[in-house]
Amino acid sequence: MSRAGQSWGRYPVAKQSIISISDRHQELPATAVTILPYGNGRSYGDSCLNDSGTLLHTSHLDRFIRLDVATGVLDCEAGALFSEILDLIVPQGWFLPVTPGTKFVTVGGAIANDVHGKNHHRAGTLGRHVLELELLRSDGSRRACSSIKYPEWFAATIGGLGLTGLITRASIQLRRIASPWMSTEVHRFDDLAGFFRLSESSDRDYEYTVAWIDCAAKGRALGRGLFTRANHAPAHPERRPSAPARHLRVPFAPPISLINPLTLRAFNAMYYHRQRQRTVHATTHYEPHFYPLDGIRDWNRIYGPRGFMQYQCVVPPTGAEDCIARLARIIGSAGGGSFLAVLKQFGSLPSPGMLSFPRPGATLALDFPNNGNRTLRLLDELDDVVAASGGAVYPAKDARMSGHRFRQYFPAWESFSQYIDPRFSSSFWRRVME
Amino acid sequence: MLRVLIIGATSAIAEATARCYAARGARIFLVARDVTRLKDIADDLRIRGAVAVDHATLDVNDLSAHAGVIEKAWQQLGSIDVALIAHGTLPDQLACESSVETALAEFATNGTSTIALLAALAPGMEAQGRGVLAVISSVAGDRGRQSNYLYGAAKAAVSTFASGLRQRLAKAGVSVVTIKPGFVDTPMTRNFRKSALWAKPDAVARGIVRAADRGSSVVYLPWFWSPIMLVIKHIPEFIFKRIKL
Repeated sequence: MSRAGQSWGRYPVAKQSIISISDRHQELPATAVTILPYGNGRSYGDSCLNDSGTLLHTSHLDRFIRLDVATGVLDCEAGALFSEILDLIVPQGWFLPVTPGTKFVTVGGAIANDVHGKNHHRAGTLGRHVLELELLRSDGSRRACSSIKYPEWFAATIGGLGLTGLITRASIQLRRIASPWMSTEVHRFDDLAGFFRLSESSDRDYEYTVAWIDCAAKGRALGRGLFTRANHAPAHPERRPSAPARHLRVPFAPPISLINPLTLRAFNAMYYHRQRQRTVHATTHYEPHFYPLDGIRDWNRIYGPRGFMQYQCVVPPTGAEDCIARLARIIGSAGGGSFLAVLKQFGSLPSPGMLSFPRPGATLALDFPNNGNRTLRLLDELDDVVAASGGAVYPAKDARMSGHRFRQYFPAWESFSQYIDPRFSSSFWRRVME
Repeated sequence: MLRVLIIGATSAIAEATARCYAARGARIFLVARDVTRLKDIADDLRIRGAVAVDHATLDVNDLSAHAGVIEKAWQQLGSIDVALIAHGTLPDQLACESSVETALAEFATNGTSTIALLAALAPGMEAQGRGVLAVISSVAGDRGRQSNYLYGAAKAAVSTFASGLRQRLAKAGVSVVTIKPGFVDTPMTRNFRKSALWAKPDAVARGIVRAADRGSSVVYLPWFWSPIMLVIKHIPEFIFKRIKL
């Protein structure tokens, strides 16, 4: 039952001991080895792993501390899940200011990765909405950090990959909503240029924008896909106020990955053609809109026992279209393709963390079954394009980038290093510091 | 409105159970040793929908303090629909074998104090003529096994006491519910390697609430522990002596 000690990509495999933290007033436990906070294990690669060390499991550190329903300020412990927060706040007319594509992340994990969502062009990263966080260090010190108090610790801890200490609690500014409903539009586009046209014309009037692209399509159809744009909807009193019930679960990992070139091509073509009309308007509950994959529990098992690798990069706005096309061609010619390819344009709001990933440009997220060296070589090839463009790769989703690339993508790593707690470490950090 | 008393309220199972009742808009009275943690949990439960949450501190091994705390709970709540006794420790069996003092202290925490609290709550429930008195025992109480028979013995005492009390209070319309969880993934069991048999505290909590709603007698949580313990209870001694459990 306890899946602690695994990352969402189920690769790499790490061995570590686990200590459960349930009292935020206590000091950090004494251990002979290094420690790393672990939320709900939704980071894909090894940033939430600490091979041969200890993980501080925060799933029992999940209490709400205060909710001001007038101003929408929520204080909670760091292990609280976004899913629990939504269950609490949506009926009271509030929503998360920023949410990633799964609601099964903890507040601490979301801050440590400075997560972004479909509203990045409007709201920036989650870190911009964190009013305060408490950082507990192994020397016993506690700092209530914000953009005003201990701003340098605040900037190091947001996007700090859990290395600066344990986030015990945080205060978050929520966003007002009138209903749990979303007004959505899905537009079919024929190529990458179509995506960029839609994206540019949508960013002003639509709070949430994102596209799925058919990574198996080639030639003129390269980069075709479906563009979704949405806003929170006004109240619909006639609608029932709950999400559709979900019962799907992948019960076990099949012996081999169910994602292979054949199923991939079929799925992508089917998905692209699921919508006949150019544009479809709908009113949907927020759950399927924001968290389509949460409807299938343990979906990461479909990749079989070897797991999978996510790859998310951002490339600068100038030349973004060419760059994404180049990436798509490399993926296409590698034959593998990606089951889910998500494309979005980030906005220009600055990310508050020293190691925050989002920056202006286009971001592409892909996942690949782990085919060993073949996959690693493909991702290295993608890295060459991203690095040459001046872009970056997202550590939360990474299990393989070289230290050289990391330092190139995140030049602030050196000034960040001085804020790392001497007793904290992670598999990711040791890998990229090699 | 449901009125709920929880003793041992800072345990993971108790806290998860309290959240279920909070979501129903219950009025809750929490009892535990650590006042800071009680305050944290009370704040959380209020935000989750509890109409009111009060608390009192108690060291369950201070038997003379039981009556006062129970009196206070009764005053605050007015009446009690559900009382849950959930405190406990997981003793180190080897330490219990090398020190009689340790063994008896652990027995007091997990057995004697629980029995004392059940006994102290019984007259009020009986006079009230309704309500649920639920107690967390354990599958470990079903048969003494070499790996943790001190704990098992204490829980066996609790289960047997609860059985007799159930028979007595049934006449007054009060249900005594014996909860027997198997392995639960809580801070109490942090040092164990977890397998597929391990349950999450919220799953166990939902089972407790369901059992209290129905006024069940004995429930295994999750349910599959019932057939497992049936088998373990019926292993003949000549085989049982030769195996390790």
